[in-house]
Amino acid sequence: MPASVTAASQSTKKDVVLSVRNISKRFGHVNALTDVSIEVGRGEIVALVGDNGAGKSTLMKVIAGAAAPDEGEIRIDDQPHNFRGPHEATAAGIESVYQDLALPGNLDIVSNLFLGRELTRAGSLDEPAMEARTAALLKTLDVKIPSLRVPIAALSGGQRQAVAVARSRMWNNKIVQLDEPTAALGVAQTRQVLELIRRLSDEGVGVIFISHNMPDVLSVADRIVVLRLGRNAGGFNVKDATIDGVIAAITGAGELTDSGARTDMTASNGS
Amino acid sequence: MSHSTVTPAGMGSATTTPAIGQSRGQVTEIVQRLRDGDLGVLPVVVGLLLIGAFFATQSDAFLTSRNFSNLLLQMAGIATISFGSVLVLLLGEVDLSAGPLSAFAAAVMGILVTNQGWPAPLAILAALAVGCVCSLITGIVVTRLGVPSFVVTLGASLAYTGLVLIVLGTEGNVYISDSTIVGIANTFMPAAVSWLILALALAGYAWLRFDLRRRRARLELSNPSLLGDVVRIALPAVIGAIFVAVLNAALGVPLVALIVGALVIGLQYLTVHRRFGRHLYAVGGDHESSRRLGIPVGRIRLVGFALASTLAAAGGVILASRGASVTTASGGGDLTLNAIAAAVVGGVSLFGGVGRIWQALLGALVISVTLNGMDLLAVSSGTKYVVIGSILVISVSIDAFSRNRRKAAGRV
Repeated sequence: MPASVTAASQSTKKDVVLSVRNISKRFGHVNALTDVSIEVGRGEIVALVGDNGAGKSTLMKVIAGAAAPDEGEIRIDDQPHNFRGPHEATAAGIESVYQDLALPGNLDIVSNLFLGRELTRAGSLDEPAMEARTAALLKTLDVKIPSLRVPIAALSGGQRQAVAVARSRMWNNKIVQLDEPTAALGVAQTRQVLELIRRLSDEGVGVIFISHNMPDVLSVADRIVVLRLGRNAGGFNVKDATIDGVIAAITGAGELTDSGARTDMTASNGS
Repeated sequence: MSHSTVTPAGMGSATTTPAIGQSRGQVTEIVQRLRDGDLGVLPVVVGLLLIGAFFATQSDAFLTSRNFSNLLLQMAGIATISFGSVLVLLLGEVDLSAGPLSAFAAAVMGILVTNQGWPAPLAILAALAVGCVCSLITGIVVTRLGVPSFVVTLGASLAYTGLVLIVLGTEGNVYISDSTIVGIANTFMPAAVSWLILALALAGYAWLRFDLRRRRARLELSNPSLLGDVVRIALPAVIGAIFVAVLNAALGVPLVALIVGALVIGLQYLTVHRRFGRHLYAVGGDHESSRRLGIPVGRIRLVGFALASTLAAAGGVILASRGASVTTASGGGDLTLNAIAAAVVGGVSLFGGVGRIWQALLGALVISVTLNGMDLLAVSSGTKYVVIGSILVISVSIDAFSRNRRKAAGRV
């Protein structure tokens, strides 16, 4: 039923990897998500924006398998999926990087990249193999870290974020979700992480990233999907978008004046 | 530790340094680490040498083969229990019931073998099973109900103390005459056997190191300098040779030394080179992230507690063997705290996720050498408590001081 997907939430790319359709999620009497749709193409970077409480994190959890939707469907490569837990989403190729990064600080980079999925050789941890794969991956992503054997806690915020993003790339995933990857970073580190996101996209990974930072969004995303009060509130192709237009959609001001270059006004055609 | 292992905070070797000028790079890195307050086990080793030197000047009996043999026998029980303490501390928890549990397990063994006539191996297995089962109960309360381990194990320690009294009944003690059990702490190995075991262990270690070099080279990873690896094998070889030579000059290497050595190697392998160990460190370092990454946090904790208590029971068996009895005083007093102190003095963090099994051996050595030296000087038990307590506080202070330096230097 592609017709029910809003034009704004549709991928402009032919090759749709993730298609999330008409998702609703209620917590008791609170409608966290109502009829929300979003599509991500191969190698496409989609920014998910919205005010606090707009449902961004809930949507991310639904896609990550951490929260089951009440209605709607998730398709990956056109196959429907019903995630019963985060591990099933991971198995289907969706990797999620939350704000706290989930990197135990006492373990080194190699251990962190393979944590929970360690390579073994005759039952023992295969350290050389894991270290070699880590080095190769970080080289591919152009992440520069002085030593792979320092504990995570000794790294800077940007390096940690880079490690967390690199981990999401370790297992050949189709979709990577990032929750505010640049929120705590300085200017130079932010630039590095944005470049890393671009490289993920160059490798054909679809990226969903939540951000409050409009310049970041405009500089790296292909498309912007706006959520407001748990509904789709517009979508933009970045090449047509302006900061004012996006902010109008986030705050709801755009419902009065069609400012900016919104490609779609309605929350959903289906309603 | 080996080049390939995880090196949480402060421990372990130099890392992926460029291949050229490597040994020099390693030396500079070591100097830099020390400057940054990354002292590793240096304070413990220096402290141990100072304490040893002090007692050597005070008592002629201290630096003798026979006393060294005696020291190892005193130390074996505490060291075994302290390995368990390390496992629990790595989880970021604490087990205050280790001492009384060791006595309870030993009391069960004593009653079974002496009063019930069980064969020794079965009685020993029963003691270990008691340790394992008891810890499952406390472990489940800690992991499932979320009660702090401090409180649960404090209560459990009282309960185990009571169980020792109940099991031993009105007599208040049980003598063990079974030769197998008494033999654990009173058997000394023939000189040739000790040399053979040492040689085999070193050969195995050397083979592992060079196999690792080969595998790393095949994957085009940098290897530590050859000299570094030679030192890494030569150092334990020299220490081991002195160890065996000194003990052979007395009665020979005690069997318990072999048992404790095997435990260190086995637990070191489990914690550093197995998936379970990796997850143990991860849970202790950051249990929420571990859960998110699909690590069975509850199960890891439960197994950690169970292993720790089984080790406590094993320590109780060794102590009972040495004393040839279990009494109402067994496992009481300072045993639990000495075991935890051994781990902490050795450099295992109280906050979880940092430290190695073998460090508890160093810590246990510090405590046992101090106790042994004070025994030789016929120091009162009041003074002993004060001295051991001070050592604990000093070592934790050194750790806190170096941690601040490390933080300032951007290390952990």
